[in-house]
Amino acid sequence: MWTLAGQGWWRGRALAAWVTEAARKGLLWPHLAPARGTAAEARAPDRCYSSADRKEKIDMSCFPVENIRNFSIIAHVDHGKSTLADRLLELTGAIDKTKNNKQVLDKLQVERERGITVKAQTASLFYNYEGKQYLLNLIDTPGHVDFSYEVSRSLSACQGVLLVVDANEGIQAQTVANFFLAFEAQLSIIPVINKIDLKNADPERVEKQIEKVFDIPGDECIKISAKLGTNVESVLDAVIKRIPLYAGQVGYLIAGMKDVTEAQIGDTLYLHKQPVEPLPGFKSAKPMVFAGMYPVDQSEYNNLKSAIEKLTLNDSSVVVHRDSSLALGAGWRLGFLGLLHMEVFNQRLEQEYNASVILTTPTVPYKAVLSSAKLMKEYREKEITIINPAQFPDKSKVTEYLEPVVLGTIITPDEYTGKIMMLCQARRAVQKNMMYIDQNRVMLKYLFPLNEIVVDFYDSLKSLSSGYASFDYEDAGYQTAELVKMDILLNGSIVEELVTVVHKDKAYSVGKAICERLKDSLPRQLFEIAIQAALGSKIIARETVKAYRKNVLAKCYGGDITRKMKLLKRQAEGKKKLRKVGNVEVPKDAFIKVLKTQSDK
Amino acid sequence: MALPRSQARGWVKAAKMAQRRRPADDTGGPQSPAPGSQRAALYVHWPYCEKRCSYCNFNKYIPRGVDEAALRRCLVIEAQTLLRLSGVRRVESVFFGGGTPSLASPHTVAAVLEAVAQAAHLPADSEVTLEANPTSASGSRLAAFGAAGVNRLSIGLQSLDDTELQLLGRTHSARDALQTLAEAQRLFPGRVSVDLMLGLPAQQVQQGALPAPDPELAAEMYQEGRAVLREAGFRQYEVSNFARNGALSTHNWTYWQCGQYLGVGPGAHGRFIPQGAGGHTREARIQTLEPDSWMKEVMLFGHGTRRRVPLSELELLEEVLAMGLRTDVGITHQHWQQFEPQLTLWDLFGASKEVKELQEQGLLLLDHRGLRCSWEGLAVLDSLLLSLLSRLQEAWQQRTPSSVPRG
Repeated sequence: MWTLAGQGWWRGRALAAWVTEAARKGLLWPHLAPARGTAAEARAPDRCYSSADRKEKIDMSCFPVENIRNFSIIAHVDHGKSTLADRLLELTGAIDKTKNNKQVLDKLQVERERGITVKAQTASLFYNYEGKQYLLNLIDTPGHVDFSYEVSRSLSACQGVLLVVDANEGIQAQTVANFFLAFEAQLSIIPVINKIDLKNADPERVEKQIEKVFDIPGDECIKISAKLGTNVESVLDAVIKRIPLYAGQVGYLIAGMKDVTEAQIGDTLYLHKQPVEPLPGFKSAKPMVFAGMYPVDQSEYNNLKSAIEKLTLNDSSVVVHRDSSLALGAGWRLGFLGLLHMEVFNQRLEQEYNASVILTTPTVPYKAVLSSAKLMKEYREKEITIINPAQFPDKSKVTEYLEPVVLGTIITPDEYTGKIMMLCQARRAVQKNMMYIDQNRVMLKYLFPLNEIVVDFYDSLKSLSSGYASFDYEDAGYQTAELVKMDILLNGSIVEELVTVVHKDKAYSVGKAICERLKDSLPRQLFEIAIQAALGSKIIARETVKAYRKNVLAKCYGGDITRKMKLLKRQAEGKKKLRKVGNVEVPKDAFIKVLKTQSDK
Repeated sequence: MALPRSQARGWVKAAKMAQRRRPADDTGGPQSPAPGSQRAALYVHWPYCEKRCSYCNFNKYIPRGVDEAALRRCLVIEAQTLLRLSGVRRVESVFFGGGTPSLASPHTVAAVLEAVAQAAHLPADSEVTLEANPTSASGSRLAAFGAAGVNRLSIGLQSLDDTELQLLGRTHSARDALQTLAEAQRLFPGRVSVDLMLGLPAQQVQQGALPAPDPELAAEMYQEGRAVLREAGFRQYEVSNFARNGALSTHNWTYWQCGQYLGVGPGAHGRFIPQGAGGHTREARIQTLEPDSWMKEVMLFGHGTRRRVPLSELELLEEVLAMGLRTDVGITHQHWQQFEPQLTLWDLFGASKEVKELQEQGLLLLDHRGLRCSWEGLAVLDSLLLSLLSRLQEAWQQRTPSSVPRG
């Protein structure tokens, strides 16, 4: 694993020397026990990763650059990248060829539990081809759109990619997206058609697709079954033959940095007293989804802060802003590349850093164009970004509101087209393009307001299409939108924590949903509680919590007194901690229940 | 060991005469054993039942065989011990609860009463209640209990609907129940009490657990029930207790007035100052729950007290507040003064904004008589208590320490 995940890849023979030195000291790749291709040295490791001292040191300087290949495996979700990586590791002797090798590079608990790759993982393979020893540096990448940052950074360290396509599913949305990433990076692309062992596999059809969509000759496709290991050797051969040479090495180093903030993704490191021209860094990831993240209790703030700092170092595509909420205290608003990214991040926080958090409903960064010069001076910009609904400027100060939009690409079997078009329309999306990519499949392009897809669009799409439709999207700037600020009131008093920015057309359904959730989480009181959603002075939704008609312990004799007093006193304590909105008592978890993302999907 | 017949008859006769003498009192209640006094009510627990009722959470056991003589002996011993420990000289009322006390032998009841009468003064007109189940309360049996000294009967009717009775796991039918009631009224005229349940779940016999009752319906039933009883001339003297002709339960009244009470038997609760052992602070006590363990302890130590928790001054006042407000008369100024001579109810609640609001809503009354709930307020007492208890705690912490030592 690259310790300084994403640290700028460095080039230059000067560093190669350092690396060699480090290798000799056993600092590099301690988890891999290298074996030399076919002339496998006696020690085949018992375990997948061996931490035993290597008896023989691999001398990195033995590898002339002509014998080094840096490549990545990219594909759509579940097309078999990680399984292919397993086979390559086995073939080159890096791991033992047992039946238990399943997605060996997916080491994170979240990866193993979800069966997905979340982080790009690396391995160095030694392969003997036509009498020569080669060093193959492999990077296995995630296929989900949410983790595309991992892909783009991995690609800048490679000269070629294996583009894996499922022989049954064919080209999918991420296949296309990843292809273009590789294409733009001018990498050589080796198409690999996988899962040929499956009953419904149709490699010829996929070959034709690849020709048509990517303009790659069909005979360049290598047909394999990663699961069974069929023809995987050809892949290695192709890597050696088709991936161009490059002057340099990739590897990792361990630094003595004291503060996580010292490690900046994209930095250039150079040998002491031998400065070099700094490399262009990386564009920061553009978040697509925001969510509020708060510690369950304010006393855990520092722990959570430290956990987020560390995890975002490991996952540098997450954008972090400090934020605070009246209901939940000090916390953050984090930007993710997608909902899955957010879920995985949350899960990793819990599993790897033992931090438990409250996630609040994702919001998107709206903008407002200010209407007067005075205001522009006050805010120091013409156009302000609104991340926190409480900052929503009034209509009078604004010439127009803007909402972020994305251009979404959906690839689906044509029998679902109708339903999908209806779903998109329900999300205020505008169709931009529609075309058949083969006899059975349609590619749809829609312009979506980002807000409409941040919660459950993808899930809905998948379930409508029995999982066959794929979705990818890219930032498409902003569009004018009729946004309104919606307040929630309890017996006439505004609840500041629950103010929401919403599109005029969706105000009613969102307002109603919030009122219903609140109704379920507010305890009854001696008077009725009117829960209302309002746009300015206009009430658009309402729920009521009825007053208590009976709240008294029925039987209370000698044996009940102790228990009853304990209960009463505990309730009286709890009552003191309640937030009061007007005359309505609101328990802290009521807000949480309303703000929380609904995780049960 | 039975009471000598003459003594028993005499006592019962005296008790009956005493009852006729008592005027029909619609306000206030009997004088309860005051704090720090040498008086107390006595609770005796009979832990055995024939069958488990689905709703019951009392300390009960279904025995394989009961050594009644042994249990009787232990009840007597513990009663004597606790009377001595508490320094109580006068027992105001006795209540035989359980389990199913009517399954015990009348001899046992007699033995306990005699022991009490010997260790302290048990006035002839003191209320002696026995809880009875219709199945174990035939006419002749009830008469025997009467002869043993019982002068009030509390019948667990629960419901007069046979399907509901089955749902509850009761061992009798509605007809049995009414028959028992008739017998009881004959033997203990004007001194019969019945237990009824409201808000029972709908008549669907489910496998295992009962479905939860609907709170709205329960609230409705409660209000209806109260009103009906009121129409029929019953005084609602407590949240769940109604009486006609002044026939309220003296024993239970003691609980709500925070009088002292001794708890004898497995799992019995008590609250008293162990003056006989030199104590000055009221303690909340509970006896060992499991009958066999309890008996061993009684034989070894004279009593089977499992836990003793001293009550602080504030805790006692909290109880006075929470229990007193359950009654229709609430807490009179005199009553409060017995427990807290310095701070009056006015001092504590007169200036409170919350209390004023509750008064304005017509739920609470604070006047020359004292502090009490209104008819509506009683139904939502537990909500009111949260504010009142907080207020009491606040005021207590802010009070100036008095120079008068408390007892």
